[in-house]
Amino acid sequence: MNVVVCVKQIPDPAAPPALDPGTKNLVRVGKLILDDSDAYGVEMALQLADAAGGGEVTLVSMAPNGETSGLRTALAMGAAKAILVSDDSLAGTDALGTAKVLAAAIKRAEPDLILAATESSDGYTGTTPVQIAELLGLPSVTFAKKVEITGNSVKVERQTEAGYDEVESPLPVLVTVTAGVVEPRYPSFKGIMAAKSKPVETLTIADLGIDAGQVGATGARQEITDVSASEERASGEIVVDEGDAYQRVIQFLEQLKVL
Amino acid sequence: MSIDKIWVLAEVADGKPITASLELISHAKSLAGTVEAVAYGEETSAIAGTLGEYGATTVHDVGDLGGSLPGAPVADAIAAAIEAGNGPDAILFPATYDGRDIAGRLSAKIDRPVLTNVVGLVAGDGGLITQHAVFGGAQIATARFVGDGPGLFVVRAKSFPAETSGGGQAEVVAAAATESGPTNGAKIVASHVEERTGPKLDEANVVVSGGRGLGEKENYALIEELASLLKGAAGASRAIVDAGWVPYSHQVGQTGKTVKPTVYVACGISGATQHLVGMKNSKNIVAINKDQDAPIFSVADLGIVGDVHKVLPKLIEALKARG
Repeated sequence: MNVVVCVKQIPDPAAPPALDPGTKNLVRVGKLILDDSDAYGVEMALQLADAAGGGEVTLVSMAPNGETSGLRTALAMGAAKAILVSDDSLAGTDALGTAKVLAAAIKRAEPDLILAATESSDGYTGTTPVQIAELLGLPSVTFAKKVEITGNSVKVERQTEAGYDEVESPLPVLVTVTAGVVEPRYPSFKGIMAAKSKPVETLTIADLGIDAGQVGATGARQEITDVSASEERASGEIVVDEGDAYQRVIQFLEQLKVL
Repeated sequence: MSIDKIWVLAEVADGKPITASLELISHAKSLAGTVEAVAYGEETSAIAGTLGEYGATTVHDVGDLGGSLPGAPVADAIAAAIEAGNGPDAILFPATYDGRDIAGRLSAKIDRPVLTNVVGLVAGDGGLITQHAVFGGAQIATARFVGDGPGLFVVRAKSFPAETSGGGQAEVVAAAATESGPTNGAKIVASHVEERTGPKLDEANVVVSGGRGLGEKENYALIEELASLLKGAAGASRAIVDAGWVPYSHQVGQTGKTVKPTVYVACGISGATQHLVGMKNSKNIVAINKDQDAPIFSVADLGIVGDVHKVLPKLIEALKARG
């Protein structure tokens, strides 16, 4: 079974984020890393391919400047290869444009199953996976907390407000997984060494037959018009606990009449 | 583009429109002359009265989906209405599991982008202007669509109040989905309701949330116990959801639920931007954390610099003693 995992390489979340004051795009400086949210999809893909008795896990990603450092992390976990779309004209691409690029790249891998996170940790738009499914003419099941493949179909436990639904869909299908569904493995030393020589196919949008006018800032049909500081919430009273701070909490709750 | 007509996705739970949809209908009424709802399922005619009260004049009824996940068939029905020339200038979706699916599908289908994580929506010169809380709500970005076609907006819950405006029953008109083929392949075969004691996380008057500072999964029981004593709901930071301690449905934050309770009690939560955006508009915030430099203290009305393992048991014991 061939599985594609959509992965995003993002700026280190530990570094303070910023928007470029001119272009209003997210500033991406320094080495990009694998989005933590994507580690669950990679792990799930490896387990499912294993359970199906073989098949390849292919990563698909879009990033500026041929960036592969995040992809190497996922390759070190055990993915076989990666397709990276990197093209200067992609700067400023909106979520739908991103979906068009990724859908075209995914098609080349002819997957039985496409996995993605429910949303990325930096942009957190959360619509790209479903847009990809629609562009590829495939069904999708979002917010999966359990995924099982049986023969030619997938069985998913999908998070709902009240609990969860059991959902079945024929393959090929796109599934988005919530965090915490599986325990992502740590890359072994052997895995890290092997990842260095695993194939990463780097494509331009011309390779995918996509017109530059459809993507990037020119293709984006939404724009950020302004960014301003929001009203600051004043910080309040600070109490250092010396064994009785709980009494201050109770007093505070009484004042608010929740007790 | 002037905004004359807005559609709002009306989701139904327990036989009633969800609050997030009613918030959008009542806000849409302040932005456009005509507000209409789109609904699906077996109970559409039963909710037409409520939708009317909040300001919708018409309900476009996609009807029973026969067990399909709503994303594909509902997006198809809306796309067909737009194609037929009956479409609105803007469509508002609540940021729910199904709302996001339908918006994403529709976006790709009609080739219009979608703006998500919207927390404010105002009328501007060239159409609607959105507001988005970025970087944990420290900054507000405003955005808008360019080009033709309806604007698609996915709006976070609790961005607007839900207020009735005294309208009569909305008229129900059929908006049947067309055959969507393979995209409609995902079917619900069974639904499971998880036992929940106490109020819903996003409706509770008190929310008690736990984070990494709890140390280990077992200690989340302290959060549940305190929440129960305060007749509130138990929430969580993304860190402990990612670690598999509690399910995603407990997550408060950017990726997760927005809550605005009377009191929010953050226990062992450092206050990453990811978390702050989901709770900083709570009316009162109590934070307990042993790191006095934790960002959570910058939004707390009452900050306790202390060890949750010591403070919480005492607090719980004292509340129990009150009976």
